[in-house]
Amino acid sequence: MKLWEQSVAVNQNDALTIGSRSFKSRLLVGTGKYKDFNETRQAIVESGAEIVTVAIRRTNIGQDANEPSLLDFLPPSEFTYLPNTAGCFNADDSVRTLRLARELLDGHNLVKLEVLGDKETLYPNVIETVEAAKTLVKDGFEVMVYTSDDPIVAKMLEDVGCVAIMPLASLIGSGMGILNPWNLDIIIKNSSVPVIVDAGVGTASDAAIAMELGCDGVLMNTAIAEAQKPVMMAGAMKKAIEAGREAYLSGRMNKKLYQASPSSPTSGLIK
Amino acid sequence: MKIFINGEMKSYDQNNLTVFDLIVEAGIENKKYAIECNGHIVPKSEIKEKYVKEGDKFEIVGAVGGG
Repeated sequence: MKLWEQSVAVNQNDALTIGSRSFKSRLLVGTGKYKDFNETRQAIVESGAEIVTVAIRRTNIGQDANEPSLLDFLPPSEFTYLPNTAGCFNADDSVRTLRLARELLDGHNLVKLEVLGDKETLYPNVIETVEAAKTLVKDGFEVMVYTSDDPIVAKMLEDVGCVAIMPLASLIGSGMGILNPWNLDIIIKNSSVPVIVDAGVGTASDAAIAMELGCDGVLMNTAIAEAQKPVMMAGAMKKAIEAGREAYLSGRMNKKLYQASPSSPTSGLIK
Repeated sequence: MKIFINGEMKSYDQNNLTVFDLIVEAGIENKKYAIECNGHIVPKSEIKEKYVKEGDKFEIVGAVGGG
């Protein structure tokens, strides 16, 4: 392969396959916490994300039929929607929410399952998560599942048929970055479905580190929405994901602990 | 007739309301939504034929921003 062909090959053939679908972007973004719908759209367009998460909530009854909604700014024809089960604390509520989501989106079956265990930490209840995943997979959903960074649970979720495993980097909305790259590494090595870090990313380097570890993608919301300049941060995240991915595919140099090796020749020194 | 929509009680004089009538009254017939009646999803293909009964509990949901 000629030298310049190395980078072209990465860009053209490096699609992200999730279940039955294929995507160019490895950055997935949430739609919450923005100032308004305009900012939501601008940031998401700048991020290059194709997959966007949404929550399912009671509608305001008696609203003005002309009042704009999120879907007017992010049309389902332009983006792939990933309805979530935010706010669900057991398998039944999660399954019920995603069935409503599927009806709302006219049969769209790609979903994000998250079953929370605790209102303070929003840490996942992995036992309820596995139960919900089994039911949803049997019901024909393609389930992308938010989980802890426990490699055994991650494998169980893959075995019950989830199309993507989404381990947290740290707590939802905390921006603490990747707390346990060692566990992520184990999950990635043992997984035959995409591993997408979800939750806890705070800035661009966090996203790049996730990709350098070999993650297939990163899902984030707060890191962009709560930046001082969300649209600019969205652009930074896009580049970070691409940089991290290319670094991973390039095969990094080995770390040589406490061993220096000069980059310049040691011979021919003037005396 | 008294029914519940999203946890709120509503009274109607008519007896021949369809689920679609509730959607129109809610102003969302041109938006994306889903509706449950007594815990069961009412498919969009059936909402014009399904009649509302005394005591029915509806949940009407939409998609909103979230992570």
